[in-house]
Amino acid sequence: MRYVHDLQLLVTLTHPKDDFQEELVIRPLQSGDVYASFQFRTLWETDFMKGNKVSHYRLFPKSLGQVISKFSVRELHISFTQGYWRTMQWGQPFMPSPPGAELWVWFQDSVTDVDGTWKELTNVLSGIFCASLNFIDSTNTVQPSASFKPLGIGNVTDHRFLRYATLPREIVCTENLTPWKKLLPCGSKAGLAVLMKSEKLFHSSFHSQAVHIRPVCQDSECTTTSWELRQTLNVVFDLHTSGQGKREWSLFKMFSRTLTEACPLASSSKIYIDITDNPQVSFLHNILSLKIQAVVLGDRRTFSVYDLTEANTFGSMRSLNLLIRWKSSEGDMLRPLLHAERYVAGYGLQTGEIHTLMYNYHPFRSFPILLLDSVPWYLRLYIHTLTVTSKGKDNKPSYIHYQPSKDRVRPHLLEMLVQLPPNSVTEVTVQFERALLKWTEYTPDPNHGFYVGSSVISALVPSMVAMDTNNTKERPLFSSFFPCKEESSYFVRIYTEPLLVNLPTPDFSMPYNVICLTCTVVAVGYGSLYNLLTRSFQIEEPNPRLAKRIANVIRRLRGVPPLA
Amino acid sequence: MAAPLTVVLIVAVTVRACLFRSSLADLIAERVEVVSPLNAWKRVVEGLALLDLGVSPYSGDVFHETPLIIYLFHFLVDYAEITFMVSSLSSHIVLYCLLLSLIVTSCCLFVDRYLLNPFTVLSCVAKSTCGLNNAIVALFILSTIKKNALLSAIFLALSTYQSIYPVTLCAPAVLYLLQRQYIPVNVRWASFWWFLLQYAFMYLGSLFVIICLSFFLLGSWDYLPSVYGFILSVPDLTPNIGLFWYFFAEMFEHFRLFFLCVFQINVFFYTIPLSIKLKEHPVFLIFMQLAVISIFKSYPTVGDIALYMSFLPVWSHLHRFLRNIFLVSCVLLACSALFPVLWHLWIYSGSANSNFYYAITLLFNVAQILLVSDYFYAFLRREHHLTYGLYLKRKDGSEATLVLK
Repeated sequence: MRYVHDLQLLVTLTHPKDDFQEELVIRPLQSGDVYASFQFRTLWETDFMKGNKVSHYRLFPKSLGQVISKFSVRELHISFTQGYWRTMQWGQPFMPSPPGAELWVWFQDSVTDVDGTWKELTNVLSGIFCASLNFIDSTNTVQPSASFKPLGIGNVTDHRFLRYATLPREIVCTENLTPWKKLLPCGSKAGLAVLMKSEKLFHSSFHSQAVHIRPVCQDSECTTTSWELRQTLNVVFDLHTSGQGKREWSLFKMFSRTLTEACPLASSSKIYIDITDNPQVSFLHNILSLKIQAVVLGDRRTFSVYDLTEANTFGSMRSLNLLIRWKSSEGDMLRPLLHAERYVAGYGLQTGEIHTLMYNYHPFRSFPILLLDSVPWYLRLYIHTLTVTSKGKDNKPSYIHYQPSKDRVRPHLLEMLVQLPPNSVTEVTVQFERALLKWTEYTPDPNHGFYVGSSVISALVPSMVAMDTNNTKERPLFSSFFPCKEESSYFVRIYTEPLLVNLPTPDFSMPYNVICLTCTVVAVGYGSLYNLLTRSFQIEEPNPRLAKRIANVIRRLRGVPPLA
Repeated sequence: MAAPLTVVLIVAVTVRACLFRSSLADLIAERVEVVSPLNAWKRVVEGLALLDLGVSPYSGDVFHETPLIIYLFHFLVDYAEITFMVSSLSSHIVLYCLLLSLIVTSCCLFVDRYLLNPFTVLSCVAKSTCGLNNAIVALFILSTIKKNALLSAIFLALSTYQSIYPVTLCAPAVLYLLQRQYIPVNVRWASFWWFLLQYAFMYLGSLFVIICLSFFLLGSWDYLPSVYGFILSVPDLTPNIGLFWYFFAEMFEHFRLFFLCVFQINVFFYTIPLSIKLKEHPVFLIFMQLAVISIFKSYPTVGDIALYMSFLPVWSHLHRFLRNIFLVSCVLLACSALFPVLWHLWIYSGSANSNFYYAITLLFNVAQILLVSDYFYAFLRREHHLTYGLYLKRKDGSEATLVLK
């Protein structure tokens, strides 16, 4: 026993400190759906950037550690989402993400060729996550100038080192979940990760898995920094498809598994159930639960906490299954203060208009929002048609950064700082023209349309409740992702729907025909001009009649002079 | 001379003003037959808006006009309609003066064909900068006819600066000016080379000055790939009435550069043979060159067609020798009517596809080629008759037929 204890002491002294926490938050939603959010956080006090190569990985996954050191990454955020988050029905998510795949990376300022490094990084991540991130190239990568500021520590804000790309067409499936689960210290064998069974997770309205890597401070003076890896999985189970219409959810019904033990490598393993709206939570056996209050997303909510590291949580059956039941009339959801929608207007395949609507539901406060729009080059935006109106009046943005697209090289980038008046709808419209592409540039299903990535709206929303600004206190993971600088507002990032736009298509069966026909027309021009240039007018000798011609041929054969 | 000039001008201004004020103006400004990515008014406004935002208009791929146009419209953007109307009217007046000095017979009933040509009206109402280009070409031709070599070189340089293709008009200008100065076109004569050198110097000098001025206006050479690189490499495949768009939309990548070179050389290489054949008739050569440019350029519009069609009255005496004029005019009318129909069917109804519009494009270009070669045939035939007599007889005294051999 003492030998094991000495060995543990030796291990902790010789190797850098790392720490793993896991949590699951279950929140019943007003619409009858249930929102489950897993978060796994690994903190490791090490320095990937210095010369000594890190070789002993314990809790931190080696593949990601190597990615950080090889590509000099300062922050990496990647998410894979299936489905669209319905803000008005479900409230704000803990970790927002757009449909499809999204990747944004801050590089260290020691990187000389950011574009080359970005290309290599996307290919390596494509291999790690079994996703087709290799489709990320210069035609869908942008460098935002104001949005996507670093979420971890760091002084560098030169946006030359930031790259942002989305693939709205990317589909998320089991193939992406498996390598994601492999990055966890306990894999899917122990702890909360045993609940992640793909046949239930993908049978949902919304599924999002993400990896966030950033450097964080360990204490308030920031004397030591450590690398934080957060893996999050958000899923919303639908009332009707998975719940059979009843507002009665259990862990078994959601995940088809029950919990048997916490991950032995975790320092904390907790389940939080949101009981603010007084749902009935019952168990197979009696457990005392701790009740805490946490302020998250501008709202003070009450949670029941169940600690999986305590043995008595599991009871004699050695398994934990919760049952949550609630009525639809109890409690009313806090209406989210910020909401956005986007759609394409117009008809035909020549032109169109993108409309982005932003709703500010705060009764008396107005706040500024930063809108980021990245539109592919084949929808040619006309920035002189950009209009921003609030309550019917023109609302001039205080900051506009526009980078026009270059055909086949880079997309449009539009960033604006717009002040949203209280209790209003702000509409941003811009006209575009659809381009005809070369026949090889269309996808195999060209009539499906082309996707335009979601707009990103970042804002500091005024909070009704005082936010907790002490970032180093022990807080539940779900409330500590976005750093909180002031008490009166919280940071929110909203993604609009992606758009699906049709482009005019040429006939794909016709390349040879078109080449022949067009060259024929050019040849007709060439031929007629050639004739007129090289020939001259002469008097025509008429052709003799047929009988005479045959007679002349016979005469020639006989050797007799021909007829006149 | 059936209608005096002023009446025509008043009618034209009225028609244009009515159309400018109606809802048709926006509709016409969007039509791909009338505007192209090179000369659309929407793109000029976009370029000015980008300049206001502090971004170079050439950093994107929307704006392909020359810096002098930006400079011009920076001041005139509020008076755009008047500008285009004035340029249209001035082209007409210039052409009127031109045609008056060129027409050999007194039969000039349709001298006003430029202004009242529906193609010109559409081009003006759409505020396409093609109208400005046409005005400059008309001024170039007028100054050539009036034997002013310096002005001719300057206007030709301006026209080349805006779209590269008018450089082929150097040859007829030189030939005309040589003819007027009674210098024979013979490589052995020193005066021929001396005049050629003078003209080339004036032309290249003015072109150089204009290009350097553009550099100083915006402070960078970005406009060179955006304007000339765009015209020559055809990256934008927006449908128009020309042959390039669908050809390069369906081109195999491997052969793209080859066919691009072939099509671009096709515009330029008729210069030398035509100049040799028509060295005695430089005015007809100008017409032929303008026609070849309008048909085979990378982004043609109906405004370009209107320019060479306005010269047809000069050769009204060739009508008796034209062979296909009925067919050609029927086809041109039918195609002009079918363009908007098939565009609507492809883009808006979705019941046709791009092949329909492409077919009409092909037919339209074949008709134009037939028209031009028919006029060329008629011209050569008339020259032959001028030399050998109108009624030719064979050796036995019977009526002879002429063929090209």
